Amino acid sequence: MLELYALAVGPLAWLAFGVFVIGSLARLFSMYSLAKKKDAAFLSYMTWRYSLRSIFHWLIPFGSLGWRENPALTVATYVFHICLFLVPIFLMSHIVMWDTSFGFTYAALPDGLADGLTVAVMVVCLFFAWRRLSLPEVRFVTSNHDWLVLVLVFCTFSTGFLAYHQIGDSLTLTTLHVLCGEAMLIAIPFTRLSHMLFGFFARGYIGSEFGGVRRAKDW
Amino acid sequence: MTTTIADRRIEDAGLEAGIARLTPEKIQKTILAVLEGEGGARLKTYVETCVRCGMCAKACHYYMSHKDPSYAPVAKVRQTMWEILKHKGLVSPEFIHQCAQIAYTECNLCRRCMHYCPLGIDTAYIMSFVRRICHKLGVTPQYIQDTAHSHSATMNQMWVKDDEWIDTLKWQEDEARDEMPELRIPLEVEGADFMYSVIAPEPKFRTQLIYQAAFIFNQAGLNWTMPATPGWDNSNMAMFSGDMEIMGRVEMAHFEAAQRLRVKRIVMGECGHAFRAIYDVGNRWLGWGMHPVPVVHSIEFFWDLLNSGKIRMAKKYPGPVTIHDPCNVIRGRGLMDKLREVVHAICDGVVEMTPNREHNYCCCAGGGVINCGPPFKNVRIVGNSVKADQLKATGVKTCIAPCHNCHGGLEDIIHKYGLGIELKFLGDIIYECMEKKGAS
Ligand code: SF4
Ligand code: SF4
Repeated sequence: MLELYALAVGPLAWLAFGVFVIGSLARLFSMYSLAKKKDAAFLSYMTWRYSLRSIFHWLIPFGSLGWRENPALTVATYVFHICLFLVPIFLMSHIVMWDTSFGFTYAALPDGLADGLTVAVMVVCLFFAWRRLSLPEVRFVTSNHDWLVLVLVFCTFSTGFLAYHQIGDSLTLTTLHVLCGEAMLIAIPFTRLSHMLFGFFARGYIGSEFGGVRRAKDW
Repeated sequence: MTTTIADRRIEDAGLEAGIARLTPEKIQKTILAVLEGEGGARLKTYVETCVRCGMCAKACHYYMSHKDPSYAPVAKVRQTMWEILKHKGLVSPEFIHQCAQIAYTECNLCRRCMHYCPLGIDTAYIMSFVRRICHKLGVTPQYIQDTAHSHSATMNQMWVKDDEWIDTLKWQEDEARDEMPELRIPLEVEGADFMYSVIAPEPKFRTQLIYQAAFIFNQAGLNWTMPATPGWDNSNMAMFSGDMEIMGRVEMAHFEAAQRLRVKRIVMGECGHAFRAIYDVGNRWLGWGMHPVPVVHSIEFFWDLLNSGKIRMAKKYPGPVTIHDPCNVIRGRGLMDKLREVVHAICDGVVEMTPNREHNYCCCAGGGVINCGPPFKNVRIVGNSVKADQLKATGVKTCIAPCHNCHGGLEDIIHKYGLGIELKFLGDIIYECMEKKGAS
């Protein structure tokens, strides 16, 4: 297990970050090339002003009609995405790893808070799972792919949670946690998690069409 | 209740004849060609980025009315485009029938769902793409195909012949001269301030609208003209049938009529989809970023006339009235404020619908849906009970809808749900209540 752990935090970590960064850049670049080749006429309607205007309104909780009409999902989505960024980046034990590997460090979240946020992510995962199972309009469009992505996130956070609380075999759980996290990173460019990359462009494009051509708001 | 498109299959002569000619191999060949030629980053991004969250369900009046998840915007994509891509176009003729039924008759391309999708996914675009594929496969509902044929043969939607067009204008001029002896409907006046353009149903069966417009323009003393040649019709059903080639020809004829007459701008009658064709779709297809001739919709034009004092109201139309926001000039052009200012200037007692403005529900006729004809009428009317409820809640007896398609769709729900509401164009009310100094 120790070897696996060493592998996970060593070469596999490099691999995961490499695939994530290079994969994301490659996907963004190839999508941009495709857009230039096939959608150039539509790309030309994109403006910074209206793209950012739309993104801005959609970043505000309850700032758009869609958010307002789905209040529970709105709260869940905001909590989920905020935690998804805060916890991995500002968790003390992650910062310690940066420090031991590369010798740099920065302010961490208090452990208790980070723990709470981790629980929040898991709870929201369960909420998402409940939606996929129980709401007919979500069930109708849910496929294995969606479950895979959700399970990946849930496993990453739950193994981290268990490892932190020393529930079960710490080394096994930590190793699993690292592997799940890496799988998630690798998955970002190639699964629906890529909405992290493309979502802003899609919103920005529609924002530009609505703002610049149609002179109407889109939120 | 959850159904699928297969559970609500509707027979249509055009769709049946279309799929009878197909095999999965033929279908695949065509689909791959369309995807290769026209499917780009937009389609790819939308399909890959959608997180299947179902947030867009509540956007769609079909879903809100039928309460069936298979009518949600994302569900329409699931039942069409995702499958097409998953199978790389190798799908059955029956499946293409389903795609056509969804894309042509269960989506108005109203773009309301873009107000609900956090990722800004344009379901209307995806549905248009599915229509394009169906068109290329020759699987289009009979009625809308007939109008596309009419566009192709006559450059107007209703098989109006060239001489009938001129005849109708002369006839309306004659009629109106009883009321205003000096009235003219000027034809082919080069260098006029604007070319007035209408949709083909006006000369065909709503001639009073031409009469009224002529009366208003004459009363205001405007320098205007209409073309005596094809290009007068600004409607465009080919745009909705997926026949972009004919769509482009129609718009070209339209712009060229205006350019030949060297008018300063085109003023469009109260129609939404025609405005979309000229302002958003046709110009792009023909390679112009925006329209090559300035274009003004009636709402804005009337706003101008009222504000500049060129026309004055002798009285206000008695309320209460409500305002229907047509998708193609509101979400499509942002005329919601001007529309309200005009209505407040000509009517008393305006009661707003909720939601309204950019968030308004579609009339459920637009996007070519009503043009798919009787076989699909019921789904469309039942699919808009949410609009009927919205209208009913205002408690008014008059609804102003500055769009032909909206009149069609709203008339149907008003009738079906016994709302007892009368529909009006802005022109109807202005004509009825304005100062008529030139009248005899
Ligand atoms: S009808 Fe309107 S809201 Fe419904 S899917 Fe089509 S564009 Fe979206
Ligand atoms: S709201 Fe957007 S992301 Fe969510 S299911 Fe609908 S189209 Fe997909």
